[in-house]
Amino acid sequence: MIRVLGFLVLLALPLASAFAISDPAEMLPDPKEEARAEAIGRQLRCLVCQNESIEDSGADLARDLRQVVRQHVAAGEKDQEIITWMVSRYGDFVRLRPPFEPLTWLLWASPALALGGGVLFVAFAARQKRPAPAPLSPAEQRKLKDLLKS
Amino acid sequence: MSGLPARGLSRRALLGIPLLAAAAAGGGFYLLLRRMEAGRYDPHAVDNPLVGHPIPEFAALPAQAPAETGFGSADLRAAGRPVLVNFFASWCVPCRIEHPSLMALAKSGVPIWGIAYKDRSADAAKLLDEDGNPYARLARDESGRVSIDWGLYGVPETFLIDRGGIVRGHWAGPLSEDTVRDEVSPLLRKYA
Repeated sequence: MIRVLGFLVLLALPLASAFAISDPAEMLPDPKEEARAEAIGRQLRCLVCQNESIEDSGADLARDLRQVVRQHVAAGEKDQEIITWMVSRYGDFVRLRPPFEPLTWLLWASPALALGGGVLFVAFAARQKRPAPAPLSPAEQRKLKDLLKS
Repeated sequence: MSGLPARGLSRRALLGIPLLAAAAAGGGFYLLLRRMEAGRYDPHAVDNPLVGHPIPEFAALPAQAPAETGFGSADLRAAGRPVLVNFFASWCVPCRIEHPSLMALAKSGVPIWGIAYKDRSADAAKLLDEDGNPYARLARDESGRVSIDWGLYGVPETFLIDRGGIVRGHWAGPLSEDTVRDEVSPLLRKYA
């Protein structure tokens, strides 16, 4: 029973983190604007924790940046304008989804390259058929017969 | 090992390649850790896009005691010589590690302008009174908003501003003696 309970608690943990930022004082009064601010915030990296978006992070700086994003949203700025504002201060690293540019071509191409490499490897391996094993020698055939008999 | 994938590759290579790969990885990690230990490499460092560009505009920030006046971007541009801008806080432990480096820089005549980040005025004043004050001018950014315009993501962070108001250097984390000798001082000489 305790195990089942523990398992349920573990299952619920990701839910808890999904709602980590739910302080109503931070939210914009207009639900539409709030949804837009959250969508923008989810694309922006928290520079302190580096693997969380500013919407998910509990860091002080992330809270400040959430506030800034909401101020810009309330001022009627477009999504792209707000992201540009952040990039001009923190660089492309602040975008959780890196832009497609010469520096990141290899990064974006890596899934295709890995797949291509795999296909080549399989094709190459399939071609190189193993030669059929040599027929059994009379001595081996005798041994096999003995084994099968017993 | 009935010679399954060994065709084409000799057994020696089959054994040697993983060993070589492991040795290369070990060597790489060793260098990485050595550089981290010496403060020359920070895996969390973020390149600041301000470098090579003018400082962000900001109205004069309020003074941080013991200074009587704060400063803004116009004051930085009017400094007439290269200035180090150092963001710090009394609650920040790495700032204390960095403190001797700043004191040495100040002693050698480098103007360091300090901005107390999200700090209580009295706490910052007490720290400067007890440990020594390396700052030529002092301001405070209590909300942290001006610091966001500088792309600050932690304290301490240090910027080198040339006499034209262009950012020429950026260091996140405490300035070690090595960093001052190998990076800050050469840049200061270059833009003097």
